[in-house]
Amino acid sequence: MSETTAAAPRVEVRAITKSFELGHGQSRPVINKVDFSAQQGEFLAIIGPSGCGKSTLFNIMAGLEKPRDGEILVDGRPVTGEREHFAYMPQKDLLFPWRTILQNTALGLEVRGGSKKTARASAASLFPAFGLSGFENSHPFELSGGMRQRAALLRTVVQARDVLLLDEPFGALDSLTRTDMQAWLQDVWSHNSWTAVLITHDIREAIYLADRVVVLSPRPASVRLNLPIDLPRPRQLSMMASARFAHYELQLLETLHRPGNPVPDGIG
Amino acid sequence: MIVLALLATWQGAVAAGGVKPTVLPSPQRIVEQGWLARGIIWANTVPTLQETFLGFAVSLTLAWVLAVAIDFSPWLRRALMPLLVASQTIPIIAIAPLMIIWFGFGLMPKIMVIALVTFFPVTVGLIDGFNLTDRDAGNLLRSMGANRWKQFVYVRLPSALPSFFTALRIGIAYAVTGAIFAEYIGAREGLGIYMATMKNSFRTDLVLAAVAVTAFLSVGLFLLTYAAERLIIPWHSKERRNRHV
Repeated sequence: MSETTAAAPRVEVRAITKSFELGHGQSRPVINKVDFSAQQGEFLAIIGPSGCGKSTLFNIMAGLEKPRDGEILVDGRPVTGEREHFAYMPQKDLLFPWRTILQNTALGLEVRGGSKKTARASAASLFPAFGLSGFENSHPFELSGGMRQRAALLRTVVQARDVLLLDEPFGALDSLTRTDMQAWLQDVWSHNSWTAVLITHDIREAIYLADRVVVLSPRPASVRLNLPIDLPRPRQLSMMASARFAHYELQLLETLHRPGNPVPDGIG
Repeated sequence: MIVLALLATWQGAVAAGGVKPTVLPSPQRIVEQGWLARGIIWANTVPTLQETFLGFAVSLTLAWVLAVAIDFSPWLRRALMPLLVASQTIPIIAIAPLMIIWFGFGLMPKIMVIALVTFFPVTVGLIDGFNLTDRDAGNLLRSMGANRWKQFVYVRLPSALPSFFTALRIGIAYAVTGAIFAEYIGAREGLGIYMATMKNSFRTDLVLAAVAVTAFLSVGLFLLTYAAERLIIPWHSKERRNRHV
């Protein structure tokens, strides 16, 4: 119990290592001793080159894959392989066409086994904040890309898990919609006390949204930089033009493109 | 339009060429004679329809049981898939007469022939449908805490339904033909044995009238599957329409 102190971070990734078995006794290292942590209410962004193992890292955190080594801790307690601590928002919205938006957003609660009615009531209560009022009974294919992503995020947060895992949530949106969604996300995030980990390819998105940015190397992924972003909140779009923002951007860009590990061979 | 043009050409050719009706009757003659024989044709249509429904029901049950079992067990997949494929290499034309010897002229051999020709496309359609499920959707459900059964109910089953209805259409088209074929080999009543009898008495016109009835049956059942699809998975056609907008 000595580990469970007030100072323990909300979530800690400790020396996670993972490799894929290729058969014939060979294996390819994917993640190499990755460490980072996030305090309660902190927004952490992870950037890294394509195929560096970011999604595998998320799968390990979500309890979907086992690491070869290392631990995941929530509030100082090891939770490696457990599934109930992280709410996972994948790259694709994965809203199912046979369910209405309300039914889709309540899915996580329904799967966990509560009554359908309570699940749908708690999802419905979040619709106004997510700008989805009036679309409860629509089907996903009737919504715009931005609305679908908001619905997918609603499905994620309504599960009331300890930590949100957002895997490139805006990657498939056009850049105008993406900017809108980033502004919207930072707004709803500031009104809640979510601890969030965001995977992104977009350096500006990372700086704009996060309290801290973790830069991963090419595969096998290791942490190159863990950079606190000291910009006042609420963040304004105009800050993207500030000197400090530009300084962070350059620093992240240089770290990201610094040669070092071999470049991964394509697939990711 | 195409059908009308073809029928008109046929009618004209028969009239101009003076072909004997026992060889090739004109469409007009087929309709006239078919209408006169409507009582007996109808009496033979009912048992054929019954066999089709029964045989197809057996086939669907078998297909669902097999496909769900295979979806849950990779071991069963490896064990059963070769058997499924092998079942399709059985020459039905050789087996069907044997079935009459084994099971008599009753319902049993018909149901077996229909099931044998239709369960394969439906089973394969279902298995493929389950596998069409987005891998990431499975992961999402797992991250929510769903076990294998819940993943099946919430995602794999609904994902498979559009493929199921496609397979159902292929199956139902074979089902009517299967019933006719089984009767042709040997039966007491039904359109198949009616055709065989009429052929033996050189009533080509009545054979073709029965063929026309069979075609109507098949088309009718085919359209019925669309109605069922609209009813059971209304979201599917809506989604398809939406994608074209």
